[in-house]
Amino acid sequence: MSATLSVEKLSVSYANGTERIEAVRSLSFDVAPGECLGIVGESGSGKTQLLMAAMGLLAGNAVIDGSVRFEGEELITRDSAELNRIRGAKVSMVFQDPMTSLTPHLKIGIQLAEVLVCHAAMSWRDAWAAAERTLGRVHISEPRRRLNQYPHELSGGMRQRVMIGMGLLCGPSLLIADEPTSALDVTVQAQIIELLRGLRSEMGMALILVSHDLGVVAGLADRILVMYAGRAVECAATQVLLQQPRHPYTAGLLKCIPSLDGPRVERLATLPGQPPQPGERLEACAFAPRCPRAAERCRIERPQLLGSSTGSVACHFPLTS
Amino acid sequence: MNHPLLKVTDLRVNFGAQAAVRDMNFELFAGETLGIVGESGSGKSTLARAILRLLRSAQGSVEFGGLDLVSCTASQLRPHRRDLQIVFQDPQASLNPRMTVGEALAEPLKIFEPGLKPLEQQQRIGAILERVGLAAAMAARYPHEFSGGQCQRIGIARAMILKPKLLVCDEPVSSLDVSIQGQIINLLLDLQRDTAMAMLFISHNLAVVRQLSHRVLVMYAGRPVELGARDSLFAAPLHPYTQALLSAARSALPSALRTAASSEIPAAADPESAGCAFRGRCPIALPICASRVPPLSEVSPGHWAACHRSHEGNIPLSFPA
Amino acid sequence: MAALGEDAVRRLRASPVALGALIVMSAMIGLALIGPWLNPNSIQSLDWLHVAAHPSTQNAHWFGTDRLGRDLFVRTLAGTRVSLAIGLVASAISLLVGVIYGAVAGYAGGHTDHVMMRIIEILSGLPLIFFVIFLTVIFGRNEYLLFLSIGAVGWLSMARIVRGQALSIRHKEYIEAAVASGARAGRIVAKHVIPNLLGPVIVYATLTVPQIILFESFLSFLGLGIQEPSASLGTLIAEGASEMESAPWILLVPGGFLALLLLCLNIFGDGLRDAFQVEEG
Repeated sequence: MSATLSVEKLSVSYANGTERIEAVRSLSFDVAPGECLGIVGESGSGKTQLLMAAMGLLAGNAVIDGSVRFEGEELITRDSAELNRIRGAKVSMVFQDPMTSLTPHLKIGIQLAEVLVCHAAMSWRDAWAAAERTLGRVHISEPRRRLNQYPHELSGGMRQRVMIGMGLLCGPSLLIADEPTSALDVTVQAQIIELLRGLRSEMGMALILVSHDLGVVAGLADRILVMYAGRAVECAATQVLLQQPRHPYTAGLLKCIPSLDGPRVERLATLPGQPPQPGERLEACAFAPRCPRAAERCRIERPQLLGSSTGSVACHFPLTS
Repeated sequence: MNHPLLKVTDLRVNFGAQAAVRDMNFELFAGETLGIVGESGSGKSTLARAILRLLRSAQGSVEFGGLDLVSCTASQLRPHRRDLQIVFQDPQASLNPRMTVGEALAEPLKIFEPGLKPLEQQQRIGAILERVGLAAAMAARYPHEFSGGQCQRIGIARAMILKPKLLVCDEPVSSLDVSIQGQIINLLLDLQRDTAMAMLFISHNLAVVRQLSHRVLVMYAGRPVELGARDSLFAAPLHPYTQALLSAARSALPSALRTAASSEIPAAADPESAGCAFRGRCPIALPICASRVPPLSEVSPGHWAACHRSHEGNIPLSFPA
Repeated sequence: MAALGEDAVRRLRASPVALGALIVMSAMIGLALIGPWLNPNSIQSLDWLHVAAHPSTQNAHWFGTDRLGRDLFVRTLAGTRVSLAIGLVASAISLLVGVIYGAVAGYAGGHTDHVMMRIIEILSGLPLIFFVIFLTVIFGRNEYLLFLSIGAVGWLSMARIVRGQALSIRHKEYIEAAVASGARAGRIVAKHVIPNLLGPVIVYATLTVPQIILFESFLSFLGLGIQEPSASLGTLIAEGASEMESAPWILLVPGGFLALLLLCLNIFGDGLRDAFQVEEG
């Protein structure tokens, strides 16, 4: 079965005056139909740029290299008219801050129905009814009343549900969620993750979940891809990654998460230094300056992403179980 | 040790006609850290600003240094400001973009120690920069040249340069990468150990609060709902909301919250409604919860809860995973 | 101020139109400054042999002469100097007054701001020309009066702009941090509010200069401004207007200079605003 989304050696860079800023460097991964891939990375990792490139939403001065194939068809070379057809209908995206992704002066119902009128050629009446059904599907109470409300009248969690509902309207085969819970409180976060889980099994769609929060991703993803400074450093099944991380960065990240139930520690675990900024020139392993296992080789030669039975890792001295 | 450093009594802060903070009562002793936990809309940031008198409170008192910070005049307050400092959530926004780091750090010195010679000033600035893990030479640079984590260190340096007795931290690590958060928290712990200052640590992240605090105060819709020693609060929370927070943080989904009708926090839109603000989401609410606001009462020594049912002993409040 | 300047200067350099305006303007100013040394005539010397003469390269009257035989080249350049000087000085005064007034009003907010803004609105409503004429009648024609009346024009809109900026700045977190550090209001306005609104203010000031020059020219044209034998572009234009049919260059030369100067100032001001805008965003 062919992959729903197949990314191969994707590179995204920006021309800024005389410099070139590399946001994503030669990234490759696949998403199988119905699978949930979690992408984890901190600031400067390039995870948002990656999504923008896949959806054709990059700024004008971006330079893209490589290939992004959706259900076998190349997306990068498409013009905007064709991309518009695919976006919203077959591939949907849910952004981080629902307040800025919903139009403030239009009612919710109109924004939802509009998607169907444009992509599915429905009449406004049918689209309105479908919108009401979608609101029910994302567990929004009193859907009929909500259709007539404006975004600012809803809470953050509800707005995010509306965004998810909007993403589902045309029954996409792939839903991309970029930090869908970062702007939300922890009790609401749990509800949104539960919602995504239910919808995924109900609709059988593939899901890409991008976050800086490993906990959020771990709750939902089948596989996790860890990004650092624009590259993939590790990719494995969720449980394997959490219990036996092979890249020192992944292991460090896991240790950095303060635990709620374990014994209290004198000092929190931390990674020294800071993640590299997008503009920095990186010759060898980008993580070497912060890595407790770094050796001379790491500062000279960049490690390639090598696969094994349990997953792939880009490290000269990966951790063994 | 008997006389509290900070004593907040019946504090109420209004936003327009509604109360953002009300019935706030707690004490803070020298050298201890009180963690304040709540979600968005709980009023915790408003509380922080009210204590520092960056906002005017409608009623109540904040006793600090023998003065009531709510009712005193600005000139009475000013000398005490050196003992009461704050670290903000957004590190870059809290630094004046047109001032160098050195100028920003010099300001508190110029205000409270005007007799310092320029050379001594430079030395103090260099010393505090190094104490927070930055190089003294960075004093000549501008905030935009630094990363988020570094800016937060600068903010901490500015707050600490006069060695305050009380440091209020308003979500100081929420906007930082996970791998950096630990660095800042460890820094705060070190500083507290060295200077024996008290800290008011405000956060929505329970795990982080657990790491830093001696006692914890939980806020909901502007009111305190639980206050107790850290270990007993985390091990045996008395208030249903605290239990919900802990469950959500442990990624166990509270089923009672999953499909609740109005499952979002009443965003300060529930002004003088009688009764407990949490009753709409509470799995064990009784009729009395709708008519009377539960007062914060001492259920066991040092452990307070605002719940009509907290005295009933072990109510099995299990939230299924 | 390095943080303010670097990026903006770079962007400015990249804009050919703004750069072009700057070059032309600098050339005009340079010419106005060194002009007198290039030409033997003075602004008052009367050449009876060449009255209302065409511009020519044969004699020393490159721009021709006016009805009294005075050389137009020298007078135009002198007029440019005067107009520029008035423009710059009056702009500086209105900048100073407007910034302080607006920053205090914006930062204070509440009742103080309310009262201060009402004062500005009342002053804006006064018909300034009548005011100037009235003062001229009482105090006679006085160059200092000219500065005063022009300054009275400039600072009002500057104050409004500054106050708007100050209103948005006062809610920023670094202002809260300054309050928490014990800074008094005066210090906060001087060190935190004003430096952060200088970007748009500098741009607006650059656009104020041409407005002021135009206003001065208008006053001088009406006979209320600069007096004989001094010249400003406005007085020269007034003279030229009466000779329009017979000796058009008497009007066209100073008129052309004024138009070109204003054009360059406006283009440069726009370029500055664009350069700073990206920076602020």
